Amino acid sequence: MTTLPATTDRKLGLVIDLDTCVGCHACVIACKGWNTQNYGAPLADADAYGAEPVGAFLNRVHSFEVQPGDGPAQIVHFPKSCLHCDDAPCVTVCPTGASYKRAEDGIVLVNEDDCIGCGLCAWACPYGAREQDPVEKVMKKCTLCVDRIYNDTLPPEDREPACVRTCPTGARHFGDLADPESAVSRLVAERGGFDLMPEQGTAPVNKYLPPRDRDTLDVLAPLLPPVDEGPKGFLGWLDRTLERI
Amino acid sequence: MSEPGIDLTPGTGDRVAKTTCYMCACRCGIDVHLKDTAGGPRVAYIEGNRDHPVNRGVLCAKGSAGIMQHLSPARLRTPLRRTGPRGSGRFEPIGWDEALATVAGRLSHLRATVPEKLAFFTGRDQSQSFTGFWAQAFGTPNYAAHGGFCSVNMAAAGIYTIGGAFWEFGQPDWDRTKLLMIFGVAEDHDSNPIKMGLGKLKARGARVIGVNPIRTGYNAIADDWIGLTPGSDGLFILSLVHCLLKAGKVDLDYLARYTDAAVLVDEDPASPTHGLLMRTEGGAKTVIDRRTGKPAAFDAPGVRPDLAGRMRRAGTTHRSVFQHIAERYLSDAYAPEAVAGRTGIAPDRIRAVAAELARVAFDEAIELPRPWTDFRGERHETMIGRPVSFHAMRGISAHSNGFQTCRALHLLQILLGTVDVPGGFRFKPPYPKPAEAHPRPHCGVVPGQPLDGPHLGYPQGPDDLCLRDDGSPARIDKAFTWENPLSAHGMMHMVISNAHAGDPYPIDTLMLYMANMAWNSSMNTAAVMDMLTDRDADGAYVIPNVIVADSYASEMVAYADIVLPDTTYLERHDCISLLDRPISEADMAADAIRWPVVAPDRDVRPFQSVLIDLGARLGLPGFVTEDGGPRYADYADYMVNHERRPGIGPLAGWRTGETGIAHGRGMPNGAQIDEYIRHGGFWTAHIPDNAAYYKPWNAAYQDWAVATGLQDKPTPYAFNLYCEPLRRFQLAAEGKGRRQPPDHLRERIKATHDPLPIWYPPLGDGHADPAEYDVHALTQRPMAMYHSWGGQNAWLRQIHGMNPLYVPTRIWDRHGFAEGDWARLVSPSGEMTVPVAHMAALNPDTVWTWNAIGKRRGAWALDADAPEATKGYLLNHLIHELLPPRGDGLRWANSDPITGQAAWFDLRVRIEKVPAASVSHPVLSAQTSPVPPAPRNVAFEMPG
Repeated sequence: MTTLPATTDRKLGLVIDLDTCVGCHACVIACKGWNTQNYGAPLADADAYGAEPVGAFLNRVHSFEVQPGDGPAQIVHFPKSCLHCDDAPCVTVCPTGASYKRAEDGIVLVNEDDCIGCGLCAWACPYGAREQDPVEKVMKKCTLCVDRIYNDTLPPEDREPACVRTCPTGARHFGDLADPESAVSRLVAERGGFDLMPEQGTAPVNKYLPPRDRDTLDVLAPLLPPVDEGPKGFLGWLDRTLERI
Repeated sequence: MSEPGIDLTPGTGDRVAKTTCYMCACRCGIDVHLKDTAGGPRVAYIEGNRDHPVNRGVLCAKGSAGIMQHLSPARLRTPLRRTGPRGSGRFEPIGWDEALATVAGRLSHLRATVPEKLAFFTGRDQSQSFTGFWAQAFGTPNYAAHGGFCSVNMAAAGIYTIGGAFWEFGQPDWDRTKLLMIFGVAEDHDSNPIKMGLGKLKARGARVIGVNPIRTGYNAIADDWIGLTPGSDGLFILSLVHCLLKAGKVDLDYLARYTDAAVLVDEDPASPTHGLLMRTEGGAKTVIDRRTGKPAAFDAPGVRPDLAGRMRRAGTTHRSVFQHIAERYLSDAYAPEAVAGRTGIAPDRIRAVAAELARVAFDEAIELPRPWTDFRGERHETMIGRPVSFHAMRGISAHSNGFQTCRALHLLQILLGTVDVPGGFRFKPPYPKPAEAHPRPHCGVVPGQPLDGPHLGYPQGPDDLCLRDDGSPARIDKAFTWENPLSAHGMMHMVISNAHAGDPYPIDTLMLYMANMAWNSSMNTAAVMDMLTDRDADGAYVIPNVIVADSYASEMVAYADIVLPDTTYLERHDCISLLDRPISEADMAADAIRWPVVAPDRDVRPFQSVLIDLGARLGLPGFVTEDGGPRYADYADYMVNHERRPGIGPLAGWRTGETGIAHGRGMPNGAQIDEYIRHGGFWTAHIPDNAAYYKPWNAAYQDWAVATGLQDKPTPYAFNLYCEPLRRFQLAAEGKGRRQPPDHLRERIKATHDPLPIWYPPLGDGHADPAEYDVHALTQRPMAMYHSWGGQNAWLRQIHGMNPLYVPTRIWDRHGFAEGDWARLVSPSGEMTVPVAHMAALNPDTVWTWNAIGKRRGAWALDADAPEATKGYLLNHLIHELLPPRGDGLRWANSDPITGQAAWFDLRVRIEKVPAASVSHPVLSAQTSPVPPAPRNVAFEMPG
């Protein structure tokens, strides 16, 4: 049993725009590339070229089909990584103290030196956001690129998570959700950002922006009146119009 | 509780090398982070280059996974010579001296005797201006890259109509457009720029309409989805044209000033130029000038072209192109009610789209305060913009009606006045450049001599076809013949089939560069594998010699007699040249390089440098000095010192001027590559603001393009709503003119080569009975995979290692499919058994799967039981490169009759449920891997 900080000074997290995400997996691979190289053990791929490749990823994109009753079916791309919950059950369940939430910024991390790979945290997380490394057998999860965001060896504009830096559509935003004036907080307010599975009581820091309404054109557009259905028809209209130009 | 100390500032690497990605064809800029190790610098991490004009720092999944491609276990290690039968994959290593001596010996003999017996085709080659130059110097007419099976309909229709095309030659005005409509776009090019652009539109709430039978990816985030029936896009577009014309929602001023809409058509049936555009004695296109009511040259100063112009001459009334357009498309045949059945789109929905296009184009027009002067010398105080833009790719291109469909889309753009205006579609330098300003194709062969000109080009009529004196095709792929006159990119997909059939003639040597023709890049894949291994009565291979250059152990490598191993993209020089397929953006000309950021650890050589070596061994002009020695040490030397025209080389930046560094035009500069490396791997030249729109007619742009070396003189032109080259072929088919088509093609040319856009059903529908084969079958490229390359990538194959057949609800229910089921798919030319999955966001008559996930067992260093090799499959097996025989003894290509574009998406199948299987059928034999087995596990971390 590990304790959570009573409060955190900041709540760093991601805002992910489901209206804009095209499901390209750029964030998935940028994350893999940065994080296999930095924090903790490399993100291994077992049976990498074989029948059942199993790799550790800190971020994955799922696609869901939505079938509204009154319109065509839709697809929503849903990137998912650790939501850095305020009431993170993965931390409180940890028997060794390896899982912890930083008081400074709210990032949830695993201290791999103390992790015994028991998997309780993965079981406790309602989002399925933790994976066990198939080679090192320690628990892996999103670090919010804690080794980028404070990294003064990087140019200031690069001090953001790798997934945010690489996202081609700009569907991923990073910032302090405890600050109501931050760009991410304003985005959440403007676009109706929501918590994933709030009934789980985890108080996730990450927010999702919902897809806008789809297939509304027929309702909105006025139809085009014909220019001339008389005997001279289109050419008559053309002559009259050209005179005016 | 105290928190553990963690390293918040790890170094990313010891150095950053800025070069160009090659994980697909978009050519984004990348920052390659290197770590210095005892064995030299090693690649640690790849991210997007923030300064690069293409990607501005972002990078897709493929690009970030480049490190796994660079380290792929499928990398070839050394030159190989075949020891087993073709296709077996059994080779012995040989040295470069032996490999090059063998190849040079064979090619030297061919060049001196029958140069056309070398067929040299390159796949997703990004050095075509160089490989084409080499083939031209060799003297064979048989050269092309992969455009013929990719998107030549899109490129050619664009060049012939507007003097540019989507992707490399133009892009939506992402910063100003208010409505974007995309047709048939999956993860086609421009990969990252489209995503970045969609992000911009979404951020400001602009509307996106997606037209695609499949609602994935970009179409999934489109505000509105038009899930039409495959192959019916042209009909849908022409119905939009009908609605807009009927409502008068067309830009008459734009049409009159900048297009051929006011040009008069010769309507005298007795005239030798019947149906062609009327010209003045000086050769200029003729319009009626509204000021005088008299005929005048279209481009003369002060002329006001009259869209309603008519001229009575010799008893015949000649009317403007625009009146022909109105007459055709106002017809009820294009009314929404008339096309709803074929397109699967309700009439009200078609009308709603037309109304929205009109509303945004005309009610939300924008005006930039940028004065400019047009080619008639008239000054305009502002730039008017109609903020509707379009993008289209393979979905409309890969049908046998694709050329006309792409033309229809350009007609729609032009009627709305949205080409190269603020908010519309914008050209990217060196475009605009009309078809008339491009080369014509060349096929003049003399043993021991270079070809008489560039292979590929844009024919203007029958005189430009590549025919021999007896009228037979001059090229092995039959490009530029009556079967497909405007085949501007060649027809790579026909090369092996034609060479095997000896039609039009047999060849001696097939040389392929990074083209996987024994697998995903051929139609009818299993048969192509048989053609490559077929033997004649004497036991010799029907295609005697096959040379393959590739970096990886692809399926095609197994069919080579000699393998020339290439490097990875991080180990060689390349130039992304304005002479070739440029990376310019709408506001700037740009080019770029690749350079060896690390050295190969294998006995491999960059293929371009190998060609330079072969060119010198063969004594090819341009590759040897006056005393016969090698002209270039390697490709880097060529990039710097080759001049295509005086002062114009492969790279435009940092050349040598009279007083110092010069850009665009200038003498070679020995330090040029160093300058590129110092400046992030690329060069840009910004277009002045007053030259940034209306470029085909904008005097400031034309002058800038000349100064920058993109063209040698100002060449303003009118858009071709009316495609005269097509009419010239029709005229020939009607019996007029010196060069006549064979009789069996006359009716098809008359019907399909209409100078105004038409729609006709995909030609395959005439052979696959739509009642019997009632389901359309498509493929799409996934965003995290580039053709067959991605399968060897340990990271990417975990995203797309399987490709079930996605089945729409109606078909799913009708056949009682359930999760885990399998289906048999039958086309007129084959059948296969594959796993299925349900998908509702899909046209109700269409099934589809991801492209090129399936692999041959033994290829790409994957285990034999990898899912790509067991459950993966290619729809290619169901797509024949020929239409079914008609009993006339002729081989009819399954291609667009205008450009020869492979008609991948015409495929029709029938589907039935079968008992679950463990492997997809057909099961093809395994190949022996020419590379060592892959490691079991990967845990990539470059030691610091």
